[in-house]
Amino acid sequence: MKQYSDLEFLRLSRGQKFLYRLLRFLIAIPVGIGRFFAKIWQGIIAGAKALGREIKDIAGTFAHGDWKTRTSFLVMGFGNLARGQILRGLLFLLFEIVFIGYMALTGGYWLSMLPSLGLEGPSETYNEILDTYTTAYHDNSFKILLYGVLTIFFIIAFIYTWRQNVKQNRIAERILASGKKLKSGKEDLRSVVDDQFHKTLLALPLTGILIFTVLPIVFMVLVAFTNYDGAHDGYANNLFTWVGLKNFNTMLSWSSGGGSQSYAATFGEILTWTLIWAFFATFTNYFLGMFVAMAINKKGIRLKKLWRTVLVLTIAIPQFISLLYVSKMFAKDGILNGFLLSMGWIQQALPFWEDPTWARITVIVINIWIGIPYLMLITTGILMNIPADLYESSRIDGANAWQQYTKITLPYMLFVTGPYLLTSFTSNMNNFNVIYLLTGGAPTNPAASSAAGSVGYTDLLITWLFKITTGAESQYYLASVVGILVFVVVALISLVVYNLLPSIKNEEDFR
Amino acid sequence: MSENTAKRHMGLRASRALSNTLIHVLLVVMSVVWLIPFVCILLQSFRVESTWQVGYVIPQKWGFDNYVNLWNTDFPRWYMNTLITALVTAVLQTVIVLCMSYTLSRFRFKMRQPLMRFMLILGMFPGMLSMIILYRVLKDLGLTQANAVPGLILVYVASSGMGYYVSKGFFDTIPMSLDEAARVDGATRSQVLYKIILPLAKPIVIYTILTAFMGPWGDFVFARYISFGASAGKNVAVGLYDWLSKDQINKSYTLFCAGGVLVALPVTLLFLFLQKYYVEGVTGGAVKG
Repeated sequence: MKQYSDLEFLRLSRGQKFLYRLLRFLIAIPVGIGRFFAKIWQGIIAGAKALGREIKDIAGTFAHGDWKTRTSFLVMGFGNLARGQILRGLLFLLFEIVFIGYMALTGGYWLSMLPSLGLEGPSETYNEILDTYTTAYHDNSFKILLYGVLTIFFIIAFIYTWRQNVKQNRIAERILASGKKLKSGKEDLRSVVDDQFHKTLLALPLTGILIFTVLPIVFMVLVAFTNYDGAHDGYANNLFTWVGLKNFNTMLSWSSGGGSQSYAATFGEILTWTLIWAFFATFTNYFLGMFVAMAINKKGIRLKKLWRTVLVLTIAIPQFISLLYVSKMFAKDGILNGFLLSMGWIQQALPFWEDPTWARITVIVINIWIGIPYLMLITTGILMNIPADLYESSRIDGANAWQQYTKITLPYMLFVTGPYLLTSFTSNMNNFNVIYLLTGGAPTNPAASSAAGSVGYTDLLITWLFKITTGAESQYYLASVVGILVFVVVALISLVVYNLLPSIKNEEDFR
Repeated sequence: MSENTAKRHMGLRASRALSNTLIHVLLVVMSVVWLIPFVCILLQSFRVESTWQVGYVIPQKWGFDNYVNLWNTDFPRWYMNTLITALVTAVLQTVIVLCMSYTLSRFRFKMRQPLMRFMLILGMFPGMLSMIILYRVLKDLGLTQANAVPGLILVYVASSGMGYYVSKGFFDTIPMSLDEAARVDGATRSQVLYKIILPLAKPIVIYTILTAFMGPWGDFVFARYISFGASAGKNVAVGLYDWLSKDQINKSYTLFCAGGVLVALPVTLLFLFLQKYYVEGVTGGAVKG
């Protein structure tokens, strides 16, 4: 498609401009995705090249190194110890001893069991004396998978440390050859709060993220390729094992099994609603919040602080209280229906939570109630940053309020809050609290419900995932597949939008 | 000034006055809509004549019965659970978040960009997935059900490093020249942090403490999963949620209201007190993205 220059673009009529922008947007999507994969491919090639360099460097270190260096290849830290860097040497040596000890004692077992996820399940044996069955437990698939992954992490850490150990020898050799002195243990300790301070600061947070975020995610991604569920819990009932891509086939196939709707159809339905919800939840809040902020900011409005405080108050009150309470207010026998009935405005209770369409609209409306104060806070600050002379000069040129809004305020706001809108869209897709506390997914959609758990018309993918795991059959593997698909959808949206945003500038520009 | 323009000015002024009146009316209506649920909760917590959900708001008989009755339930235990969780989390999470954001803002090291990109991608996975495994692991450690509090704290704090964006944005606005000047004067990197940056970072420290403190009061999903089946391990959100379940709502609807008031009160007061810092943090965070 022809790309217009700025001047040509300005000459277009309004309709043409819109069409042009739309086309550019649509073209940008596949281009962006293609570029992403190209980048991944480049990354792989770069990684392979780097690996080759590393191996060459290691071989070179061995070939040219002295006996201290060569011994270090087997006994980590030997070179440091022999050259007088006692502290570093001891740490390397200690790490190697711990690693070998761990692998010999338990790591080897976990690793060897990982391909099968356990060979022997629980077995029952009859005890004649007590006249009961006793169950003997053997392998534990859950632990094998968990510790197997941990062991792989550990091995990676070991390889990295070993590489550092080799590298240090080469560096030490070079420093000594040039006649300089090596760093002493004291200097090393000092660097922990100085040169290497960033590593000290990051150690704790990153360990936490590794164990409590990365490890669970890796584990759950792997679960999608197993048959882990309530009946195969890996220990007390049955072991679970690898099943390959079977779960993905189940989730993405259109053929329905056993009368109920196919998983693909259910997934499609819920995904559609999730996207509709995220769209409305994000943009209704955004525009209405901005409107309220502008209304309060407007010249001549009194008690500005009071209005803001009233709205901010609703942020402070824990969401579960307000959401639960509001959900009961809208119930069939709730305050709102009671009020409307007693006033004689309606003849029977309005089906806020019983009718699918009513329920969907009600959650969006209540979400506006929750979201406006937050957006009002955010936009107030940004609105005040817009230079006042822009409005001044536009007024002199005869612009009315609406023109000022569409030509000055909105473009500025969209530019500045673009990234925020994106994150807000994706976090609305995963907005568990609002949906679960308001409706719990209700009203039930019987056609979409299945053995994996009941599905309601207001269920988002994330609440569906929750229902699958807590459902009667606890089909963790299906939940895991849903989780991965959620990730794919979120990542795709982020990728496409992120590349289109004008405000993604170089981070350093802010300084 | 000609007569015509004077008239136009009058018209403008009149229309402005009209629109301002309209906005005032709108703001009053909005404030009422926003406050109604909370006023209702407050009123119903004083209702004595029935514990049911009824179709009217203003109690026929007033009293503190519901608040007194709260003492005979597990509510005080839940309250303490939540308070302890919130206090400990506030301290530890703040330390972790500040370490993370300060480092990513101030230091330029090789793994910085890959690390940030990696965490961005991690954040796209629904956190709910991790719940199953975290539950099993904590169960093996004996930190579930009645002992859920330490388990909850562990999980909240351990993964909090991911939420560094807002405070990193704040640190980015402190000029690097301050650091450099201190470094030239011979300060170590850690001295720069303690003596130069932290005193300047008071607003963001307060913001981080405030959000970390408020988080556990509202956490529902994970707390419910982890304290499953044991009333002693619940936090207020889980406990109060169960009071509104189908088989309990008729017994404990007004109890819920009273409990809700007691939960909302301290958090709201604290929040209003520190509002300024919260607004600063939120605004900054949104602009930085």
